[in-house]
Amino acid sequence: MANVQFDLVSPERRLASVAASEVRIPATEGDMTAMANHLPTITTLRPGVLVVVHDGGADEYVVSGGFAEISAESVSVLAEQALPKGEVTQGIYDQMVADAEAALKAARADATGDDGKAVDAAKALSDTVAIGAAIGLTTRV
Amino acid sequence: MPNLKDLKNRIASVKSTRKITKAMQMVAAAKLRRAQDAAEASRPYTERFTAVMAQLAASVGGSDSAPKLLSGTGGDQVHLLIVMTAERGLCGGFNSNITKLAKVHAQKLLAQGKTVKILTVGKKGRDALKREFGSYAVGHIDLSAVKRVGYVNAQDIARDVLARFDGGEYDIATIFFARFENVVTQHPTAQQIIPAKFEQAADADVTLYDYEPGEEEILADLLPRGVATAIFSALLENAASEQGARMSAMDNATRNAGEMIDKLTIQYNRSRQAVITNELIEIISGAEAL
Repeated sequence: MANVQFDLVSPERRLASVAASEVRIPATEGDMTAMANHLPTITTLRPGVLVVVHDGGADEYVVSGGFAEISAESVSVLAEQALPKGEVTQGIYDQMVADAEAALKAARADATGDDGKAVDAAKALSDTVAIGAAIGLTTRV
Repeated sequence: MPNLKDLKNRIASVKSTRKITKAMQMVAAAKLRRAQDAAEASRPYTERFTAVMAQLAASVGGSDSAPKLLSGTGGDQVHLLIVMTAERGLCGGFNSNITKLAKVHAQKLLAQGKTVKILTVGKKGRDALKREFGSYAVGHIDLSAVKRVGYVNAQDIARDVLARFDGGEYDIATIFFARFENVVTQHPTAQQIIPAKFEQAADADVTLYDYEPGEEEILADLLPRGVATAIFSALLENAASEQGARMSAMDNATRNAGEMIDKLTIQYNRSRQAVITNELIEIISGAEAL
């Protein structure tokens, strides 16, 4: 099966660069799987778990938003913040949830009527909470 | 002529200064490596980001509904200068080169009758601009507690900058920082970040992308991140430049101290010999007088 060149970069480091057979991306409008010969697409990410399947198995990364550039031969994910799943401890996760909560509070505070910011922030928070369930950490409700 | 004891003290003090500058040079060299690694690590992200943004900007930029961060507010009356310097001194001309560039820029704008607002990042820039441009300062961001600049710091600065833009406080934002070339050369640079400017790629192998959600939503989402990315890479360049400048400044200082020690030692030895000769003459002439 043909492979795609997968790159995952965050502003602070390059996390992965492998030949993958499929990449499951948590896109804003729903999860999508990119394989070879995918239609060139640019999509934004929501906080979630990104899965890369390659010859050596599957790697999982927790990403907190950013965007992905998909072409027929490559998938580049540019994440604001990304960590291999194994590095996400309960402490880091709690911090992520707390940040999302703070962002929601801030967005609600300066929401001027029909501002979509609060809605987006609320969505980001629930997405962040969902990460916890997906990777098996305790979630606060 | 200074007496022997004074000279000896002086030599001792220059020697300890040399030890300090030598140590600072070595610390700077180690930090420089780390700063360069960090700058290197951020490059893939920045490059890809800029490439995608340039493409998006080219396809959406022309339309009237383009976001303000890209097309501008329509005016160019109020300029925000973001002056990014170090928190510490003793790094040669690093801080003063950046502030000098910012000052020239500000004076040019003022001469054209524009309004200038200054936001400083780093203590040294604020101190240098306080006297002449203190009244234009609108804010200061302190990074002295930050050991190693991270993307979070850039996001904080970007949030502040964007909030001011949304509040209609300015039309054009420019960042001032030093681009790292090598240990001896750092170029003070001015870069306009709002409205964003992208160089069109000359080799136009434009891939037609499918956008999800729409182009404009993506652009609206990415532009604020673009500001943070630009600030982040400026912070990293600055960090590397600062250490590079400090390293060469301390290298010079160490060399100067060495030269000074040599000169003082020669002077010390000469005076010591003169004293001995004097004593001998006294003894001999005393003996002859008997």
